[in-house]
Amino acid sequence: MTKKVALYYSLMGLVLIAVGFFQSWNVAFGILNLCLISAIMALGVNMQWGYAGLFNVGIMGFTALGALAAVLISMAPVQEAWEVAGGDLFLSLLSLVGTVVAIMLARRAVPRGLRPYVVVLLLIPGYFLTMHFFGPATERIEAIDPALTGYLGGLGLPVLLAWPVGGLVAAGAGWLIGKISLGLRADYLAIATLGISEIIIAIIKYEEWLSRGVKNVTGIPRPVPYEVDLVEADWFISFASSLGVSDTSEAAGVFVKICYALLFIAVLAIIMWLAERALQSPWGRMMRAIRDNRDAAAAMGKDVKARHLQVFVLGCAVCGVAGAMLATLDGQLTPTSYIPLRYTFLIWVMVILGGSGNNWGAVLGGFVIWFLWIQAEPLGSWVMNVLTAPMPEGSALAEHLVAGSVYMRYLLMGAILLLVMRFAPKGLIPEK
Amino acid sequence: MDIANAFALLSNFVLVPALAYGAQLALGALGVTIIFGILRFANFAHGEMMSFGAMAAILATWFLQSQGVSIAPLPTALLALPIGILAAIGMACLTDRFVFRFYRRKRSNPIVFAIVSVGVMFVMAGLIRIIIGPDDQSFADGARFLVTVREFKAATGLDQGIAIKQSQVITVVVALIVVAFLFWFLQRTRWGKAMRAYSDDEDLALLSGIDPEKVVLIAWIIAAALAAIAGTLYGLDKTYKPFIFLQILLPIFAATILGGIGQPVGAVLGGFIIAFSEVMVTYAFKRFLAYLGPGGWVPDGLVQLLSTDYKFAVSFVILVAVLLVRPTGIIRGKVI
Repeated sequence: MTKKVALYYSLMGLVLIAVGFFQSWNVAFGILNLCLISAIMALGVNMQWGYAGLFNVGIMGFTALGALAAVLISMAPVQEAWEVAGGDLFLSLLSLVGTVVAIMLARRAVPRGLRPYVVVLLLIPGYFLTMHFFGPATERIEAIDPALTGYLGGLGLPVLLAWPVGGLVAAGAGWLIGKISLGLRADYLAIATLGISEIIIAIIKYEEWLSRGVKNVTGIPRPVPYEVDLVEADWFISFASSLGVSDTSEAAGVFVKICYALLFIAVLAIIMWLAERALQSPWGRMMRAIRDNRDAAAAMGKDVKARHLQVFVLGCAVCGVAGAMLATLDGQLTPTSYIPLRYTFLIWVMVILGGSGNNWGAVLGGFVIWFLWIQAEPLGSWVMNVLTAPMPEGSALAEHLVAGSVYMRYLLMGAILLLVMRFAPKGLIPEK
Repeated sequence: MDIANAFALLSNFVLVPALAYGAQLALGALGVTIIFGILRFANFAHGEMMSFGAMAAILATWFLQSQGVSIAPLPTALLALPIGILAAIGMACLTDRFVFRFYRRKRSNPIVFAIVSVGVMFVMAGLIRIIIGPDDQSFADGARFLVTVREFKAATGLDQGIAIKQSQVITVVVALIVVAFLFWFLQRTRWGKAMRAYSDDEDLALLSGIDPEKVVLIAWIIAAALAAIAGTLYGLDKTYKPFIFLQILLPIFAATILGGIGQPVGAVLGGFIIAFSEVMVTYAFKRFLAYLGPGGWVPDGLVQLLSTDYKFAVSFVILVAVLLVRPTGIIRGKVI
């Protein structure tokens, strides 16, 4: 690590500590936790963009898949739903697989010109057969106690397991999407990933039997203690008093956040270590060679398409892990909260500001941008209050502007992105 | 009689709404495709540009309404539309001058342009929400329906009626005029020809003395004007929601690619194909088929391919299919 990196990181640490002193430690650790998750997402994007120059604008979708994994792994299974509809769901899956296999076999058997017709001819009965089992099954599942369940539930396993699984699910989706769109050139990949991420969100939003949809899954189990239990636990009370803290409920909040932070730091450290190893290895050099001059790398015998697919899948997996962590931290899955400005484009601002191609930069970018995103709200309303101060008391325009100051954060993020792209395109910590 | 009823039903719920929506998408896709043809990048800020133009038109509408100006039975927004167009053009020229021109001179990679347009998108999204707020705004006035279901039924004696909203007619008429004007401009005028030449072969166009800065400026002016018109029509037809414009950007991109990038005719075609697919795939054909079948027969289930929730997803399925089968689009455009 160079001096510059150390300087930036210590500054960022000091700022967070200042928040702890001037606002509260609960706020400071709350910000830190989301900074850590953002940093992991930024690492994933950096692998795709920084190492390989792939413009993925579908990060939201991979994050959401990770969050879905957290639900499917950790929530308790809804026995009744499995009983009334499990068989039909299995049959619908069987019909789906059967249709796909039949199409693949038929495509091989007939001459090339007939293939599209055969596909359509098999697709129609296959679709109706699948829907014949699937439709009623999902209706039955969604009818079971919709206020509480109305979905299949999960596997009831420890939530920490969901983090790697979230990565695997996102990697699988990434593989599929990469297969479809990586052969095309840059802007197509962007538009295709943007679209596919919207499809993923639509599925999570509307397939209630799977994810409860817009009714949200709440109460995802935690890997750390609950505040209410801590406040009553003897060991915690004596621990808090030994530190000289009188307000145990606030101490419990901070304690829980520190537990999360330690878990997140561990994940970030592992991913960071792997990412750095990969970047320094011959593989990393090859990736950068492909990024800088695709044709030359191809001429040297590198399989550009396969390498792109590889790095795309890895980046998606990292975003999926971050998504599962986020759902664990929130304790819930709220599909409507997934909007591209927050989960895709903001991550891009992080990578660009931090320094694309440099992992330390991406992590720093995650910290700085998340911090600004949170603090832009009080900052924006302060700016607006100062600006509107000369206006007459109770002026409608002044009130309107103060109310709109929340959206200063969009303005700020856009300005940061534009200024960095123009005046420091290599970011805060440039690639070596 | 039953066939007429079936047709009326289909017109009311599928043909008329899809026609209006298709016209809005086509206008949006024309803007994207022109920017792509001349500046060669996918402009992610185009949705917010639509929103910005529509917002200016709404503010002007409110001002006109407060002054008691009206062109009833037509909506006041039509009178305010030129203000929206001018505001969008002003915004486009500002962003080009202060943002895009720098990268053009440096001859940056198209991806850099696309990333920068994300920055522009953020700034515009922030401005719009600060100025007009994040809430829905309804600004349509004037007569609501041109033909109501009851009038139609009384006139034809059918069981099924067709309702045609005034905003739908205005959308289609305005879109027709704008598209006709645009094609006249591109095909017949000197600068239109220069733009096409520049889009086809930049070096050759430069050699023949075409001023690239002027071509770029005209491209921005046209794209911004189209965006403002599309945004205002969309807001007039439904309601104006700042959040919707990032979502509508996706079907617009899909229409652009489907039609063939850089091809104005393709953009119009793509817009209508996307709109009709979205509406038809999510429409429940149960009652339509019941009219066509023998008397008293009703199909089981709704005969709906996808629930209406997946409306926006349809365009992406089409997009992915096009990318797989024919990446250059219906009318062979450029591959990005």
